[in-house]
Amino acid sequence: MPGEVKVVSRPKGEASYARAAAKGMRITLKHLLNPAKKTQQYPDEKWELSPRVRGTHRMAVHEDGRAKCVGCGLCPTVCPVNCIKLVPAEDENGERYAAIYEIDEFRCIFCGYCQEVCPVEAIHLGVHYENAEYSRERWVYDLERLCEQEHDVTALWDPSDPASQ
Amino acid sequence: MGPVTGGAFVVATIIKVAVFFTVMMLSVMLATIVERKIAGFIQDRSGPNRVGPWGALQVIADGIKNIIKEETMPAQAIRQFFVLAPVLAILPATILFAVIPFGSPLPTQWGFVEMIVADASIGFLYILAIGSIGVYGIAMAGWSSGSKYSLLGGLRGSAQMISYEVALALSLVPLILLVGDVRAPEIVSMQQGFTAGAPTYSMWFVFPLFLGLFFFFVSGLAETNRLPFDLPEAEAELVTGYHTEYSAMKFSMFMIGEFAHVITVAALVTVFFLGGWDIPFWAGDNIRVLSDGTVIGEPTGWKTILTLGSFSIKTSLVVVVFMWIRWTLPRFRYDQLMDLGWKFMLEAVTVYILVIAFVILGIEAVGIPVGIWYALILFVVNLLLALMLFFMIDRGAIIRGAARKI
Ligand code: SF4
Ligand code: SF4
Repeated sequence: MPGEVKVVSRPKGEASYARAAAKGMRITLKHLLNPAKKTQQYPDEKWELSPRVRGTHRMAVHEDGRAKCVGCGLCPTVCPVNCIKLVPAEDENGERYAAIYEIDEFRCIFCGYCQEVCPVEAIHLGVHYENAEYSRERWVYDLERLCEQEHDVTALWDPSDPASQ
Repeated sequence: MGPVTGGAFVVATIIKVAVFFTVMMLSVMLATIVERKIAGFIQDRSGPNRVGPWGALQVIADGIKNIIKEETMPAQAIRQFFVLAPVLAILPATILFAVIPFGSPLPTQWGFVEMIVADASIGFLYILAIGSIGVYGIAMAGWSSGSKYSLLGGLRGSAQMISYEVALALSLVPLILLVGDVRAPEIVSMQQGFTAGAPTYSMWFVFPLFLGLFFFFVSGLAETNRLPFDLPEAEAELVTGYHTEYSAMKFSMFMIGEFAHVITVAALVTVFFLGGWDIPFWAGDNIRVLSDGTVIGEPTGWKTILTLGSFSIKTSLVVVVFMWIRWTLPRFRYDQLMDLGWKFMLEAVTVYILVIAFVILGIEAVGIPVGIWYALILFVVNLLLALMLFFMIDRGAIIRGAARKI
């Protein structure tokens, strides 16, 4: 059974290949000769990042260099993709700390829940995105490496507009 | 002074082959970088600019990358042909260069050296014959890859080449009618203004035959398999078609072949329609070598260099136009391509040949001698024909949507 095809008739000026082609050639020529280019010369010139960009994690540290994490276990619980590995421990003073704390940045979706949930403001996301690695193992950041990060931490909300309006 | 003979001729030919081949390959390298730059500029990007000044060494980086990359050999491939195909893709485009005149003859102490590798008396037929071989590389690559996408690409390539081959050859017939000779140097001479010897048209054939140029250019685009005629590669449908299975240097060979083809077609456009190595408005470069070896005009070394420059500038401009078209027009659908080839180009070119032939008969009956007026009359005829052609194309009768065909 032959199908019914609706044929839309367009005005000649619109349907003409020759005119459309000529117009296209004109447009591309204009762009070809236009010296203003949109390309950002990336490694030389970088983006102005918003303070709210969520990137590579960073662990906050005490003055003596210990990580602030108290091993409460909230962030591994809240993490939607299960990429935080935490083994808590207790020292001789009865203070809890994270014996093993690893974040798999490869799996992380940078949702920011871990930073939001942390009671002691230990784990933070950072304003940083240049973390290419040669192997997948290198993407798993251990506690030491998280503490070493130096980039700015993410502001989860704009201080001048806390209700995000 | 006559042409070089004997041992000097052999030496001169070997040097010419070596030099022209090197220049050809260098221009292919240059063409790839220019193409990417133009593509970038058209899309408001800056193109490759990190390797070397202005990104000029990018080609070398790519070459090194391609050489050290892994070469894959599909299990289903037919080995010999799979290896042979890239070679066949490069070959025709490079050997076509043999009959292209690049500049005025260079006088040496052994006689003058013509700036053409082989001044064959069948130059034009050689171009058509070798040009057709180009399809073997594509068809063979498609078939021997043992992949269905490649096979389809190869089939499309051959169908397209055959369709446009006809129009390509026919579009040059009016030119041969005007020139009355198929030697490439003679075609160039006829576009120059000679006062001595046989009369010439003193104007580039782009004027008296510009519809011919249009047809030649369109079929040339189809022959080089570039957008808007890159149906054999069609990455959207065929995952780049006939070279899907190729990698590393073999893949590069196809690219080199494509660019060599573009440069060759551009050189042909220059020779046939843009006066070859002629420098406009200057009588000093009117040097004509007749087929029996006599020379009209005074060849000198610096004239050779100037005319070589003129030839390269014209060819480069045509190459740029090729690229500009490539980055503007979208690909045709397959039936549109075939319609354009068989239902439009073929008829239009045939009618064009007839009209030009009758006009030439008319002009000769009136008794206007070969010369500038002769060419101007043809120019007017071409203008009228072009208007009619535009009217026809504009009615949308050639390229239209699929719905109209049901
Ligand atoms: S940002 Fe989200 S996904 Fe990433 S570690 Fe924190 S909670 Fe998990
Ligand atoms: S980083 Fe914060 S939320 Fe996560 S375990 Fe340590 S203290 Fe708890």
